[in-house]
Order: sequence, then C-alpha cells, then structure tokens
Amino acid sequence: MSVIAARGLRKAFGTTVAVDSIDLRVEEGHILGLIGPNGAGKTTMLNAILGLTPYQGELTVLGRDPWSQREQLMREACFISDVAVLPRWMRISQALEYMVGVHPRFDRSKAEAFIAKTSIAQNRKVRELSKGMVVQLHLALVMAIDAKLLVLDEPTLGLDILFRKQFYDSLLNDYFDGSRTIIVTTHQVEEVQHVLTDLMFINRGRIVLSCSMEEFESRYAEVMVKPEHLAVARGLKPISERQMFGRSILLFDQVARQELTALGEVRTPSIADLFVAVLGNHAGGTQGAAR
Amino acid sequence: MNTESNVLRKSAHDSETVAAASVSETQPFYWSVRRELWENRWIYVGQLVIAAVCLFGFLIHVARWLGKMRALSTTNPVEYWEINALPYNLVAAVMMGTLVLMSVFYSADALYGERRDRSILFWKSLPVSDLTTVLAKASIPLLILPFLTIAITIAMHLIMLLLSGIVLPASGVSLASWWKELSIFQMWGLLLYHILAAHALWPFPAYCWLLLVSGWARRAPLLWAALPVVAIAGLEKIVFGTSHFAAVVGRRLIGGGAPTDFTSGGMLPTGPMTHITPARFLGAPGLWIGFAVAAVFLTAAVRLRRYRDPV
Repeated sequence: MSVIAARGLRKAFGTTVAVDSIDLRVEEGHILGLIGPNGAGKTTMLNAILGLTPYQGELTVLGRDPWSQREQLMREACFISDVAVLPRWMRISQALEYMVGVHPRFDRSKAEAFIAKTSIAQNRKVRELSKGMVVQLHLALVMAIDAKLLVLDEPTLGLDILFRKQFYDSLLNDYFDGSRTIIVTTHQVEEVQHVLTDLMFINRGRIVLSCSMEEFESRYAEVMVKPEHLAVARGLKPISERQMFGRSILLFDQVARQELTALGEVRTPSIADLFVAVLGNHAGGTQGAAR
Repeated sequence: MNTESNVLRKSAHDSETVAAASVSETQPFYWSVRRELWENRWIYVGQLVIAAVCLFGFLIHVARWLGKMRALSTTNPVEYWEINALPYNLVAAVMMGTLVLMSVFYSADALYGERRDRSILFWKSLPVSDLTTVLAKASIPLLILPFLTIAITIAMHLIMLLLSGIVLPASGVSLASWWKELSIFQMWGLLLYHILAAHALWPFPAYCWLLLVSGWARRAPLLWAALPVVAIAGLEKIVFGTSHFAAVVGRRLIGGGAPTDFTSGGMLPTGPMTHITPARFLGAPGLWIGFAVAAVFLTAAVRLRRYRDPV
C-alpha cells in the first residue's frame, strides 16, 4: 500500500486553481523533494495531504481520508508547516508534557536527548529562543514521534546555513530509517539534493517532472561544451543552454554519456539548474524559480 | 506569580506518572484544558490581583469602623449587617464582575489567538480533534473560571474571617452573635449556586457566540461579536421602537434576569434575604433554548476551526 495515493487531486480558491488534477503515489521509505516556485500549489497540496484543507478528487494517506480522519492520521503522520509556529508562551517542559499527554507515539526521553544535543535550556520559553533554536526544538519534538509520514513545508526558511545543514543532517542520521516516509519542500534546493530519494517539480498546480534521484542522475547530464563542438552539441537537442565564464553549458535529457563526453566536461546537473531548465521550457513558467 | 507557575509545573510532573505510556480517550481533552490554563495565565492571575485589592479594601474598612463598632452595638440590625456582613457580599460581587470580564475576554480570544500567532499549525499537527479543542475552550467559561472564582472568593472570605475574628473582640462585639448574623455557610451555598446558575449556565450561549466569532474574525473579534448585536438592537429600536433584543443579550451576559432567585430591594445575590429558585431556573425555557443555541454556535465553531486558515 502506498503511503500517499492521489488521483485527480484538485483544489481551487474561487477561480484560481491551486492544485490541478494531480496524480501522485508516494511509497514507504522514500524522501520526496517537492520543488516549485512560489504559488505553485505545493503548500496547498501538502495541506490537502495533512487534512488541513478540503479538496476534490481521490486522496488516501496511510490508508485514510485525511480530511475526515485528520485526528487519527496525526497519530501516524506529523508535519512542520512553516517556521516558528510553536506557541511562544510555551515552556519546553510544557511542550514535552503536552506531547506525552496527547500523542501515543511520542517518546519523551528521545525528545530530551535531541534537545540535549542543542544549546537549548530545558526551562526556557519558546519566546526566549532564537529562530534557529525554535526550529531545532520543533524538529526534536517531531523526531521523537514514531511517525510513518513526516511532512516538512519550508522547515528551514530564514535560517542560517549552519542551522540548515544541522537540520538535514540530524533528519538523516537520527530519524530516517528506511521505513519512514518524508516529504520536504524548500527553496534551498542544493542543500537537499543529497538527502532526497525522489524528486518532483510542480508548477501552476501541475506536476511537471517526477523521477527518482537515480533516474535523475542517469537521465540528465550537463556538459561544458568546448566552443568547437557547440554546433554538434546543439544538434543533440539540449533542454537548456546557458553561458558561464564565456563557456556554454548545455543540459541534456536522455542522451548517451559516451556521446557527451566527446563534447566536453560532463557532470550531473544541480536540481536548481534542472528546475530552471524545465520550468523555462514550460510555457511562461520561469517566474520565481528556485534559488 | 513565579511561585504560582512553579507549583503548576510541579503538579504537572506528579501527574505525568499517571499519564503513563498509553493515551486514553479522555486525555487529549484534559491536556487541551491544561494548555488553555498555561496559555492564558492572566485569567487566574487577574483574579488574584483583584482579590488582593479587595482584601486591602477590607483592611481599610475594618480600620475605619473599629472605633465606632462599640457605639453601634446591636441596636440597628441593618447597620450592623452593613458593617459586618456586607463586605463579604461585596467582595463576592466584585469577584463575579471579574469573572464576567475574564470570561468575555477569554472567549473572544480563544480561537483567534492561535490563528493570529499561527500556532494552530502546531496544534493541528497533533492527534487532537477540532471538537476536543473547541470543547476544551468552551469549558473555561462554563466550568473552570466559575469554580476558580468560587474557590478564590471562599479563600478571601476565610482570610477576612480571620481578620474579623482578631479585631472584633477588641472592639467589644460579641463573636457569637456576629458569627450567627454572618451565616457564612449559607453565603457560600448561595455563592456556589449563583455563580454556576447565573454566571456559567445562563450566559453560556453568549460565551459560545464569542467563541464562534473568535474562530471567524480576521481581526478584532470582540468588535465583530458586538456589531451584529448593536445592528439588530438598533434596527429593532428604529422599526418597532422597542429594545427587547438588547435587554435579552445584556441580561444574558451579566447574569441578571436569570430566573435563579428572588432578591429583595438592593440586596446582593449572596445576601441573607435571597430565596433561590432552582426548580424555576431549571424549568425555564430560556435556559434550554440557550443551551440549544450554544450547541449550534459550538458546532459552527468546530467547523470554522477545520476550515479557517491562520490569520
């Protein structure tokens, strides 16, 4: 059984269609990166998955209908939606007590161990913590839940690079174990590239690309083409071309490697470059591309 | 204030052993109520501040009357009651007024505050249903605040009794007749009844209305809650020249006009001349119509919490 299965998932706000007939299947043990420009429909789609918004179409998450069974779903799924949503008045000890009280799968000692690794003092209130610490605390609380699905919507927005790196490191090392499923959206694409197992680009409410990271690495190649080979290279129909330091960099989809190595230096593109290329080719979809 | 929260935290640690590993069906509700008390400490801190002010006032009252007490003796029972028993009734009345204020402001913020600071995204990531959350919030003006007010008022009375007990013999008043005149236990009984009937059950639909609007408004929930009332009252006045609606709403909110008791001429609801009428109260259609309206408002509030985005 898939962790998430959607068919014809649709959500419109008035005349604006935020999610436009999406078919989606996420299997257990995957870390899916959901990448898209602002207003692409990522958050709306995640909100539907988490039972925070009603939708049209078919959607099951962990075998449940998220809208009508949010409470039961939240025993096995968890999410961090946006940064700094922990209540500012709460003491850390209160947060721990509360979680023990309401969540059957919360392990207090685990959370305390995660918090002990940070510089957060247990007797503090959330309002006294820095933004980075609040995110660390939230992650500690969430990682102490034995959940099957974890959804992270821009979990590191506005944090400095050290916190961001720590965040994904501890997520991979202390939490992910192959039986859990994680969905993450972020604008800092390059930082999650090594974390993901699957990749999905979404634009204007539609999925424009969906592949595993292995597929991604075998399908796409970026070549720094030598000037004398430029005409030949262009003949192989690159999906994008850009200039850097006076050299042309061409991005190819499903072109044999041996063909490309003759043209110049070949490497796997960054997700960000592919994102710009793919959305650039999609009618008028270049606005607000991933940074 | 600090010792307050320490005590709270300590007791929370004690109850943790009870919480144990498994979460039964009632625990999300219990912890949701705990959460409200953590978040809204002002609802009891505020009452304690008012209580302290009242006690200070009583101290001054005692000092002022100390000398004149002997002269009064027991010749004028009304005056005697006013000096010796009235303060007890007055502090109860002040605490009831505080209770109404606290309930109004709490209810108007209950479902608004969590949307304003976006913490609703945290609360909704946990297995607590919207129904549980809304009922926990409704239980604050219906149960928690009234019982808190009763407990604080009785504690104030005990302190006042202690003071009177020390001071009165010195002024030559017979303690026995004073105690008999005061009839404190009867007063406490009336206090319990009056607060629950007139300040919890009777105005409950009004608090549910505030809860509902707090779950809907994008800003200033108290204003949005008041606007339709003012509009309807104004319309009624202009069209029919009457003001029944305003009277009904007003009486609901301050607990007046509830068929809870008969008080004669200017007496306070905890005074000795009060005759309570619980049968009439429980049989009043107004009470049950109020509950039905409250249920409608709460159902709507639960739905709003499901649908509404953070502010």
